[in-house]
Amino acid sequence: MNLFGKKSYFSLENGEKERTKRSDKKRQKAEPSIPDGMWIKCNTCKAIIYKKEVTEFKLCPNCDAHFRMSPSERIAITCDEGTWEELDAGMRTKNPMDYPDYDKVIEKAQKKAGILEGVVTGRCKICGQDTVLALMDSHFMMGSMGSVVGEKVTRAVEYATKNRLPIIIFTTSGGARMQEGIISLMQMAKVAEALGRHDEAGLLYITVLTDPTTGGVTASFAMLGDIILSEPKALIGFAGQRVIQGTIHQKLPEGFQRAEFQLEHGFVDRIVHREKLRGELGKILLLHKEE
Amino acid sequence: MNEAMKSVSIVRKIERPNTRQFIKAIFSDFMEFHGDRLFADDGAVVGGVAFLEKMPVTVIGIQKGHTLEENVECNFGSPNPEGYRKALRLMKQAEKFHRPVVTFINTAGAFCGIGAEERGQGEAIARNLLEMSRLKTPIISIFIGEGGSGGALALAVGDTVWMLEHGMYSVLSPEGFASILWRDSSRVAEAAELMKMTAKDLLENKVIDRMFPEPKEGLENNLDAVAAELKKALLETLSKLMEEEISLLLENRYQRFRKFGEFVES
Repeated sequence: MNLFGKKSYFSLENGEKERTKRSDKKRQKAEPSIPDGMWIKCNTCKAIIYKKEVTEFKLCPNCDAHFRMSPSERIAITCDEGTWEELDAGMRTKNPMDYPDYDKVIEKAQKKAGILEGVVTGRCKICGQDTVLALMDSHFMMGSMGSVVGEKVTRAVEYATKNRLPIIIFTTSGGARMQEGIISLMQMAKVAEALGRHDEAGLLYITVLTDPTTGGVTASFAMLGDIILSEPKALIGFAGQRVIQGTIHQKLPEGFQRAEFQLEHGFVDRIVHREKLRGELGKILLLHKEE
Repeated sequence: MNEAMKSVSIVRKIERPNTRQFIKAIFSDFMEFHGDRLFADDGAVVGGVAFLEKMPVTVIGIQKGHTLEENVECNFGSPNPEGYRKALRLMKQAEKFHRPVVTFINTAGAFCGIGAEERGQGEAIARNLLEMSRLKTPIISIFIGEGGSGGALALAVGDTVWMLEHGMYSVLSPEGFASILWRDSSRVAEAAELMKMTAKDLLENKVIDRMFPEPKEGLENNLDAVAAELKKALLETLSKLMEEEISLLLENRYQRFRKFGEFVES
């Protein structure tokens, strides 16, 4: 039995040491350790949890931490059953910077995350309302934005504008895809201008910020929603915490760049528990329904 | 040292002419305006109105200093959110009075600090990208030195984007690239070359539209020659852009950024 996805198991005696080592490495991640056994470990409260206790909402039954989700898991708890239709499913990146072995890096990421790129886009109904939906995936190269993420999100926005539909984007990203260099930076402008036209058309744009949303995604579409929702305790910011510490040489305050910090500073409309998210999205869509 | 690394060291020289010097050399009667009307005045962003010959223009740029004292005043050319918001305020003002906007970019990047995060550095940059993409007046962006990531792009959503010969523009610094992707900060020169961050590379992949050669004796020793070239180009291009239908201008600006990305579909 592969209890924690490890090759060797720790005994109770050396367990504490193991745990400290792991928590150092994974301190910031609200993600359970490889969940393919019967047990998983919450990286927030460190509790060992019986897997069957974790529902489709992927919350820690002990501390309510919101674990990171894949787009397909999101779709299952967000869209009305049988209404999801994917757009641009087969798009793959090239290698604009001739980054060495980029194809291998991509292939590895595809195998790990089980999808072709860092975002899935489509249309669906939520509580009976039509909407376009884009879902990023932090399991694919930390949800970094390169050509494909930029193009798919832009097309989803353009599709929404053309069909007079709202768009909801679930963000999770480490920022721009460094391996695609300046071309990934250009994606920020590309998505922002498409959102500008969606806005001009008087259509609704909702962002749902999930853990973590940082860098070039924060500095483009994440912060441009008419309504910005966030999951509790999600890390949301522009600069990485190590970069800030390296610049100012000060200790960062408790809760810095978390959803609650962003709410306090006026950059998030509402923090919504995952179990209530679908209902809230449905209500917002209903409030903005075009006659 | 490779060509890319040579440019990196040239643009980072403390004597490299800065935004205020370019404004003085190209425009007349520059009148500086301060503040974002929300929080503060950011010394890292300089902005105001001036004449380009007889044409009123709004000029905005990121300022670096030549001395420690000057650099403290302009935060070493790394704007805070209020700098980007001041820039946007002045761009909206230009739109109202239908003056063209000229931006000068020279920054290692947007400032990374606690206050910058508290005041929404990400939101400030994002807002500029969106609003510049639909600003109903011409915008020309000129890279005169470093172009560090989102903090540079936030002033560079232009109808046409120019760069001086040794200017650069990248998603992160070559130091950051080497240390993050290779965990080896000694490979900076290799990173600089791989990142295709020089004017020549950027011209090839259409991130910039035009490159201006720098004098052999160094830009700091003959700024007037380059300023004269820039002035001539600005006059020519702006008089054309000012005549264009706004809808066409905005469509062209949209397509200019819409085209970026390399992918296959199956």
